[in-house]
Amino acid sequence: MPSTEEIRTDLADIVNEVAGVPASDVQLDKSFTDDLDVDSLSMVEIIYAAEEKFGVSIPDEEAKNLKTVGDAVAYIERAAS
Amino acid sequence: MSRSTVVVTGLGATTPLGGDVASTWEGMLAGRSGVSAITADWAADLASRIAGQLAVDPAEKLERVEARRLDRFSQVAVVAAREAWEDAGFGWGEDNPVDRDRLGVSVATGIGGMHTFLGQWDAQKERGPRRVSPLTVPMLMANAAAANISLRLGARATVHTPVSACASSNEALSDARDMIELGRADVVVAGGAEACVHPFTVNAFSQMQAMSRRNDDPERASRPWDTGRDGFVLAEGSAIFVLERLEHAQARGARIYGVLAGAGITADAYDIVQPDPSGTAQAKAMKRALAESGLEARDIVHVNAHATSTPAGDGAEAGSIREALGQDTTAVVTATKSMTGHLLGGAGALESMATLLALHDRKVPPTINLDDPEPGLGIDIATSVRELPEGDLAGINNSFGFGGHNVAVAFTNQYASNR
Repeated sequence: MPSTEEIRTDLADIVNEVAGVPASDVQLDKSFTDDLDVDSLSMVEIIYAAEEKFGVSIPDEEAKNLKTVGDAVAYIERAAS
Repeated sequence: MSRSTVVVTGLGATTPLGGDVASTWEGMLAGRSGVSAITADWAADLASRIAGQLAVDPAEKLERVEARRLDRFSQVAVVAAREAWEDAGFGWGEDNPVDRDRLGVSVATGIGGMHTFLGQWDAQKERGPRRVSPLTVPMLMANAAAANISLRLGARATVHTPVSACASSNEALSDARDMIELGRADVVVAGGAEACVHPFTVNAFSQMQAMSRRNDDPERASRPWDTGRDGFVLAEGSAIFVLERLEHAQARGARIYGVLAGAGITADAYDIVQPDPSGTAQAKAMKRALAESGLEARDIVHVNAHATSTPAGDGAEAGSIREALGQDTTAVVTATKSMTGHLLGGAGALESMATLLALHDRKVPPTINLDDPEPGLGIDIATSVRELPEGDLAGINNSFGFGGHNVAVAFTNQYASNR
């Protein structure tokens, strides 16, 4: 089971790959849209890539509630446990 | 309403001959072939394994995230548009003096985002529905290249994508000229883009028996009017113009290449792929381009022909050129597809660019590989660089497409800054 920090780091790499946001900016308290300027289609792409990376399912109705990096990391931790 | 004069103030291109206009034009004047073998494993069992592949990967000229959000056909269009825009004296992504509400885009394609279309279907089949990119639709749509240029320039007048197969980008130039003449825009970024060198597309054209199979000698495969021709060579790339109302260009002291003087558009209504052997509608397109330009047939000193190196098309076009310009026309004719291959929806704009540069530099690039011309053509085909005379010059570029589309575009060197 990866640690919170390991999940955050891997997720940061995905956000960087998809949206070009520097990985170091992808911290738990950051909002994807308001702080990191990730647009809606890029957000969908990040969710799909995270599903594949972490081997979890993130249904579209759940993905809507993942506002911050911390929300996403917590969801992935729960889903993977 | 009196018609406006539409001038060319910027050019951009990325082609099998080079990653910009200068290297492409230099390659044409040197008679260099941009056709090469497709070395990827997927080509091994195809009947045709050659193509005019880009000299420079467009992704190298784009930010990484920008490149991954654009299909290859939009990548080449954005790269060429940036060169054209900067060539016109404007800054990319900076404030510039063009009123955004008077700035249009008219950029064509024959097919659209083929790599995205097929690649994402592969992803769905092989890895499931959740693996399809949410960017698939905006990447594959045929208007994606035009829309992405509009986004980068803030262009808010008409943003438009004509689709008429291999005539598409000449139609885009004609439509752009109309936008300016009808008073809907002062500046229009116009041209075409295509990037479909993909296993499926190469095979599909090959299955039509339309493509050259001279796999052992790629540089000699595209040979318009030669008796040994056996089909066209698929190619990828983009050519983009900045077109501008004359007074707008003069007011800002812009460098002018020449005038997009007129266009003629007709259709064969004969067959979905075969050109009408009578060439009547092709000739009518050229005559309409002359009439719209206020030019006489004898004014035309140069024709860049559509001539794709297919057995049926090239001879018919020679006849239609004579019908339009006179049986005794002395116009110097060339087929630059002999060097670039066939860019489909990018072909018209690239060859219009070659036509304009020939008038501007007074040099007609050669038709290469014309070792044994088909008898009875009756036109003067350049097989080496040919000088054009001093003074006023006018030329025509022809583009014809599957579906029976014929678009002839006329240029002059009037107002050219180097005259």
